[in-house]
Amino acid sequence: MEQNLYLLGLSSMGGLGLFFASLLVFADKKLRVEVDPKILLIEEVLPAANCGACGQPGCPAFAEAVVNGIADVHECTVGGEEVAHQIASIMGVEAKAVQKKVAKVFCRGGNKETDRKAIYYGVTSCSLAAKVGGGEKSCKYSCLGYADCVDSCKFNAMWMNANGLPVVDEDACTSCNKCVEACPRNLIELHSPDIKLHVYCKNRDPGKIAKKTCKVACIGCTLCVKPDPENIKMVDNLAVIEYSDAYLGLEECAKKCPTNAIAYQLDPIH
Amino acid sequence: MEIFIIFISASIVNNFVLTYFLGICPFLGVSNKIDSSFSLGLATTFVMVITAVASWLINHYILILFNVPFLEYVSFIIVIASMVQLVEMFVKKTSPVLYRALGIFLPLITTNCAILGLALFAVLRDYSFIQTIVFGIGAGVGFTLAIVVMAGIREELEMADIPYPLKGAGITLIVAGFLALAFMGFAGLISA
Repeated sequence: MEQNLYLLGLSSMGGLGLFFASLLVFADKKLRVEVDPKILLIEEVLPAANCGACGQPGCPAFAEAVVNGIADVHECTVGGEEVAHQIASIMGVEAKAVQKKVAKVFCRGGNKETDRKAIYYGVTSCSLAAKVGGGEKSCKYSCLGYADCVDSCKFNAMWMNANGLPVVDEDACTSCNKCVEACPRNLIELHSPDIKLHVYCKNRDPGKIAKKTCKVACIGCTLCVKPDPENIKMVDNLAVIEYSDAYLGLEECAKKCPTNAIAYQLDPIH
Repeated sequence: MEIFIIFISASIVNNFVLTYFLGICPFLGVSNKIDSSFSLGLATTFVMVITAVASWLINHYILILFNVPFLEYVSFIIVIASMVQLVEMFVKKTSPVLYRALGIFLPLITTNCAILGLALFAVLRDYSFIQTIVFGIGAGVGFTLAIVVMAGIREELEMADIPYPLKGAGITLIVAGFLALAFMGFAGLISA
């Protein structure tokens, strides 16, 4: 009897195992997904941030897109040059040089500089505040100050300073474009850190109104255009820099500005 | 009528997640989006029903027939593990996006205590074949209901102004507690 029990146990378990194993073997044959080994190799060198800066939904999708020839090897801005070279060597192609870019916030109208038109008690989110009356500040082009960009940053490269404005840590910034998309007022742009001169204002109101609402607004005086008329243009009472590959910015332009809306080599951490 | 009672009992009154506290890890882990939580609920339901059927067959035609009831756990685990493997293959083939969204929680269905609990309950309560199937479906529906309700609340919480120390896991566990409290309202409606 005792021996019988051993035999029964062994055979019933063995039979069950065999049955399910054969079922799985059969299923594997039917349902197997062939994966290009290159996709896995590329996935390993990617930063795995799944940020979507490359335009693909996450790193695995980007790896697949590269292998299928949809995306280019250097499109992962987060990984930068190093990752681009690694992917290029996996794919057996030559990588192009990647231009590093960082996020720049084009508003300096913090709590101290701007006028208040109301007190906002709603959800602390820029995208929502922008829809209900446009937040607290009287300038309708300004930073709302509810930190949607900071929340969107996955790399801890942004935070709000004491003046209620977002600050970018340019070394930590990976130019993933998340904050650019998060800002309902389109105040954030990606630019090469080599460019020294920027207009830190998006106010298109006439000078009189702009001056009233914010101390550091562009009042459309056109003084900055004179030293560099080729690259700086006036559009709707606002000085706009036409960025080109060779553009670096002239210091004179910033010196002329009466409100400091245009600044040269602004310290990124302030 | 009895079958109906078993179904209601398994899905609502004695909900596996909210009254027995079985299968809590996917309940908390995959409940941040309604879509993926519903899919996980479906996958779990599928495994539950198959396990219920297979465990009844194994129990009656192998374990009782050969008088080897001590192999109960091992054989049920074999069934569950192979079914999960099958579901994983199927999901990977049909929906890579869902496969990525479920991540580690898909293979973790293997060790989901709700499923082994279901198989053991069915044996313990001496259910017939039909009753076992209904019990499996009911448990699966109950699990899906719990996880989808949780995901719905958590999606709303994304926009809510939650005190900083409670963000993330803190508020999730508090909400789970409230849900369990709500389901206590059904307690005693049907026994076992």
